Amino acid sequence: MIKENKNIKSNSDKMEEVNTNTSAKMTKEEAEQNGMILFVSKSEEKEGLFSAANRRLLTDPLNGDNPITVQILGICSALAVTVQLEPAIVMSLAVIFVMAMSSFSISLMRNIIPSRIRIIVQLVVIAALVALIDEFLEAFAYDVSKQLSIFVGLIITNCIVMGRLEAFAMSKPPYKSLLDGIGNGAGYGLILVIVAFIRELFGSGKLMGYEILGKQAVDPADSTGLYALGYVDNGMMLLAPMALIVIGILIWLQRTKYTDLIEEDA
Amino acid sequence: MGLRDKLNKLKEPFLKGGKYEKYHPLFQAFDTFLYVPDETTKKGAHVRDAVDLKRVMITVVLALMPALLFGIWNSGYQYLSQIQDEVGFWEAFGEGALKVIPMILVSYIVGLAIEFYFALKRGHDVNEGYLVTGILIPMIFPIDTPLWMIGVSVAFSVLIAKEAFGGTGMNLLNPALTARAFAFFAYPTFMSGTDVWVANAGELDAVSGETILGKLALNEEVSYNTYEMFMGVIPGSVAETSTLLIILGALILLFTKVGSWRIMLSGLIGGALVALLFNALPADIGNSLTNFTWYDHLLVGGFAFGIVFMATDPVTATQTTKGKWIYGFLIGLLAILIRVVNPAYPEGMMMAVLFMNVFAPTIDYYVVQANIKRRQKRLESKKLKAA
Repeated sequence: MIKENKNIKSNSDKMEEVNTNTSAKMTKEEAEQNGMILFVSKSEEKEGLFSAANRRLLTDPLNGDNPITVQILGICSALAVTVQLEPAIVMSLAVIFVMAMSSFSISLMRNIIPSRIRIIVQLVVIAALVALIDEFLEAFAYDVSKQLSIFVGLIITNCIVMGRLEAFAMSKPPYKSLLDGIGNGAGYGLILVIVAFIRELFGSGKLMGYEILGKQAVDPADSTGLYALGYVDNGMMLLAPMALIVIGILIWLQRTKYTDLIEEDA
Repeated sequence: MGLRDKLNKLKEPFLKGGKYEKYHPLFQAFDTFLYVPDETTKKGAHVRDAVDLKRVMITVVLALMPALLFGIWNSGYQYLSQIQDEVGFWEAFGEGALKVIPMILVSYIVGLAIEFYFALKRGHDVNEGYLVTGILIPMIFPIDTPLWMIGVSVAFSVLIAKEAFGGTGMNLLNPALTARAFAFFAYPTFMSGTDVWVANAGELDAVSGETILGKLALNEEVSYNTYEMFMGVIPGSVAETSTLLIILGALILLFTKVGSWRIMLSGLIGGALVALLFNALPADIGNSLTNFTWYDHLLVGGFAFGIVFMATDPVTATQTTKGKWIYGFLIGLLAILIRVVNPAYPEGMMMAVLFMNVFAPTIDYYVVQANIKRRQKRLESKKLKAA
């Protein structure tokens, strides 16, 4: 056994020798790049933390490159969790967290992930983060966690997360990926909150659970606020199709204002 | 020609380069409302015909008039007959008019305001399409619908079903039915049930205000016979009750060739066949809806109104001849099917027409493809023979 071990050791020594030989042949620049491979490379160290390009990573997804209204991703959860404002806000925060952290960690690992199994690696990272968020919500915000039910778990399959990892984090440095993750999460959350605002206000006359349009009683005489005037909540707002229609209207308004978003006819 | 001259003079600031050029569509809408449009096709392969969009729309409005006038009288009569023993004709008509005319006004004001806004914004003329939609909407709502609900529904349907798709002639769904469907899902307590079909029914005790379909869905006895259903002195949406006057409207549409007889006929066949099928079930298996005689099915509810005025809407219906047969047949079939199988939606007509609206382009596509294939085959066989 010992002999064998020695043999192996000598073998590996030889290998190391070969390795050092080849690395010596490398140019200085290549060596530098190899050293940086895991973390930030030199070129971006020079860039300021909040340079214009970095700020754009945060702000673009809010409007011109919005994941929901422009890229039309993540629609399913936009339908499901926007009946009320509170779950929508919690959902947005959860997605921002998952996107930021997964983009950041995938970007750190991007050069050591074999490209064949990259989807699996990405999924594992996202799933771990989502499980974390799910447990966190159950521990600290049980009611909302109940309301969101399966949709927190379904963040794993949210196309925005995977999309950004594939399109951005796999090829960009960690800090930029972090910003991109936060930006896209916020762009998603922005639309979610707008849709939830409209749907809760017109669908049940409340915002965050407060009856801001007055109180509706069974007997019209007991109602207050708008309801006393004969106003009735719009039941259609509570149905899923209305979420699609509201998003459609948002897209319509956005493209009316920013005409450069309109694609040319094929 | 005094008025024409005056209009011409008034028109000047609205013409190109004039002071109010931006508002030309507004003036044009008013002008062409009074006179025949002065712009005609001058070149190109266009059909030059007296029938333009305006004339088609006015014909439909005329065809709707008998049913509408009857509906006004009927809604007054349904209410007054509950509280007094004898109801005079004009008394009932006046009572109904007080209810229905504000509905029509709200529908036109809200709808036309949106239409005018988009016409100005997009710089095209105001189309006449809304003339028909605007009168159809109050006709298919329950009499007691609050006016603001009609306003909201009209705004929704004109914006989403029409302008979002590009305006008159581009819409995928029938705007009038979209308004009703919106109200149906948004304010269900005002659009179905037992209290909405007779004016002020909530305030009256012991009102018998259910529609026939509503009663059937509840497995209750229907107190009307076939003749009454045909004449239409029954509770229901404003103007859909009288099958007789709807048939009169249908005759106007058919005589002027504005409505498609294929859609109407195949719709009737489809509805009758499915109703017959349900009738054929053993009486103890089915419910009161399946046992409801097939010709009564065609008389009550919105079936006749939907087949005549909704399904034949030339924009949302299929365009091909064969497609029209399929389209009408499926509307009739689905309307009765939804009615019988799903008692939560006692009126299946609205759903059936909207559903088939969505499928109309697909039907047309396959009809055209089949035609292309058949002709290709014929060409090939000819070639073979020649060779």
